[in-house]
Amino acid sequence: MIMIDTGDRIAAKAAQMARPEFIAAYPITPQTVIVEKTADYVESGELDAEYIRVESEHSAMTAVIGAAVTGVRTFTATSSHGLALMHEMLHWAAYSRLPIVMVNVNRALGPGWNIWADQSDSLAQRDTGWVQFYCASCQEIFDTIIQAYRLAEMEDVQVPVMVNFDAFVLSHTSMPVEVPDQSDIDAFLPPYRALWKIDPDDPITCFNMLPQSEFGALRKDLHDAHGRVKELIPGIASEWKERFGSYHGGLVEEYLCEDAEYIIVAMGALGAEARVAVEELRREGMKAGLARVRLFRPFPNEVFRRLARNRTFIVVDRNVSIGSGGGVYSELKSGLYGFANAPVHGFIAGLGGKDLTFGEMCEMVRKVADGRAADVEWWGLEE
Amino acid sequence: MAVKNLPREELVRPGSGGCPGCPSSLALRVTLKALGKNTVFAIPACCAVVCLGAYPKTAFDVPVVSIAFEASAAAASGLAAGLKRLGKQDTNVVVWAGDGGTYDIGLQALSGAVERETDFIYICYNNEMYSNTGIQRSGATPYGAWTTTTWTGKTEQKKDMPAILRAHGLPYMATAVPGYPEDLFRKVRKAMSIRGSKYIEILAPCPPGWRFPMDKTVEMSKLAVDTGAWALYEYENGQLNFNLKSKSILEKKTEPKPIEEYLKLQGRFAHLFKPDRNEQVLDEIQQRSLADWERFRKQVECGVA
Ligand SMILES: Cc1ncc(C[n+]2csc(CCOP(=O)(O)OP(=O)(O)O)c2C)c(N)n1
Ligand code: SF4
Ligand SMILES: [Mg+2]
Repeated sequence: MIMIDTGDRIAAKAAQMARPEFIAAYPITPQTVIVEKTADYVESGELDAEYIRVESEHSAMTAVIGAAVTGVRTFTATSSHGLALMHEMLHWAAYSRLPIVMVNVNRALGPGWNIWADQSDSLAQRDTGWVQFYCASCQEIFDTIIQAYRLAEMEDVQVPVMVNFDAFVLSHTSMPVEVPDQSDIDAFLPPYRALWKIDPDDPITCFNMLPQSEFGALRKDLHDAHGRVKELIPGIASEWKERFGSYHGGLVEEYLCEDAEYIIVAMGALGAEARVAVEELRREGMKAGLARVRLFRPFPNEVFRRLARNRTFIVVDRNVSIGSGGGVYSELKSGLYGFANAPVHGFIAGLGGKDLTFGEMCEMVRKVADGRAADVEWWGLEE
Repeated sequence: MAVKNLPREELVRPGSGGCPGCPSSLALRVTLKALGKNTVFAIPACCAVVCLGAYPKTAFDVPVVSIAFEASAAAASGLAAGLKRLGKQDTNVVVWAGDGGTYDIGLQALSGAVERETDFIYICYNNEMYSNTGIQRSGATPYGAWTTTTWTGKTEQKKDMPAILRAHGLPYMATAVPGYPEDLFRKVRKAMSIRGSKYIEILAPCPPGWRFPMDKTVEMSKLAVDTGAWALYEYENGQLNFNLKSKSILEKKTEPKPIEEYLKLQGRFAHLFKPDRNEQVLDEIQQRSLADWERFRKQVECGVA
């Protein structure tokens, strides 16, 4: 079935078809539609789940953790300030190894209040232990949410997954999406079987004090699970492609990279814009390519080390780590260090939802090619 | 039920990490006797986490989910919903939290859970301070008490948390002390028989925090009742009912003992007695307590809680 709808409503549809048994969520622009629509699915009986309309995002994540320890599949969604409020419980979810799936609509954090696209919210959560995907189309939102459950629940993963997409650019923009039959989704994503759960017949204590002697080993185990995530995603993505036809890349979407001298690196909807820039540059005779980061945590260092031979990377970051720089820029640079000498240029651009066109991206690449670009530039600020 | 007739089964195992004379562990033991095995606990950061012991050991013979400090009522919401999905509505979902996790940082989550009519029992063991972090003041610390953040005595009154809970219109709430285990047992059983959100607050005289000998926990909790510093009551169907000695104090059949008798045994009030008696503060505390009882009497008389 083709569904023409916004990113939020497509996300809600995917959540419904993944058949979570528990949802707790709290509204924040521009994620509100997901909260409303999933509540509607539950009230109308289209989704058989418990739904708790919590009083905060901190409680949303906590309630999801509480339900997840009983062994049921869970879902929640948030954005920006809501994600920031969850911070403590994001750690709790990941260190508890609960396969929760959450949508985060990337929005700027205030002050000043700004509801527009900016990935600084989820980038600030990169050390919480969650797997992070970034989507560039409504189809990718749908596919990634279902795939996220498959990944999170795998026996050798057991890690929560955050599916990110841009405020308004995707959350409120309608696009046609191929929605498979429920039976086919069910075949791809069987019912969740928890490896462990809270059960009065077999009492266990979860998450009590953890001595120094054990602490590091449990953190390493989570880190190792992230390593396996990188190995498992390509297989999940190709199985999806075989079953349903759509494919968005594995860890990174590579477009015209084979012979490229200049590779634009971007994440989220900017990745889709960069694709147009690459085509434009090719028309001008420039060997440009795109490496769109789908997976930010764990970071796909191996992919970039492979791509790095004789290339210049131009990273466009719609996020900033103040005092450091663009998130993807610094990850990429540290991942390449000692493996490749590829020059990496960073542009911090489009913060707070400021429009960034493919024309501007072409200009960034030309600037780098002409040797006019600094290592890191703030792009498009009003003089 | 007489103490000797309480269920024999111990669901708190030997080797808990609580201090000798711990009021919370004592109350927990009785509470678990009432709840039985078909129970799931959510415990925020507080002394009870230390009592649990460290991974891979545990002192509890019921499932426990340890959770962040401000989050226990929200965790209980998720637990209750998850257990419902599994067809286990009959499992008791219980929060066991300190006064800090209840009066202060966890108030929002608790308010939300009760407003949503979550089917659970929230139990606050109130030692009137943050003991886990080293005896700092909380919203439950009484006026005049020394803590490590109120070196010369707290200058504000504690908040009336039970009244805040009643304002949510919950079906049942009660107060208890470890010194009257059969009363606590009965109240927990009562809470189990009612659907919706139930709140029980247990005064927990804490030897290291209040500065009194560790063999005096039970006596101290009884003295709190005898002096009227703590009132034992239940709230059900919009009615307040007082219990044991508190009932006769309310009905003026017994005079409460002077509150000083309770204060002077606790090192946290020592500065009110030496080097000189602080008559003004001692009198304020006494008058405030008597006024509380007058308010209780009016509430019972008028049927407003
Ligand atoms: C968000 C957060 N802030 C602070 C702490 C530190 N902390 C742990 S327990 C505690 C006090 C607990 O007091 P209470 O709830 O009264 O329990 P008690 O220790 O008295 O048993 C504090 C401040 C924490 N764990 N989490
Ligand atoms: S400090 Fe007080 S409440 Fe905490 S374990 Fe010791 S006696 Fe119990
Ligand atoms: Mg306390």
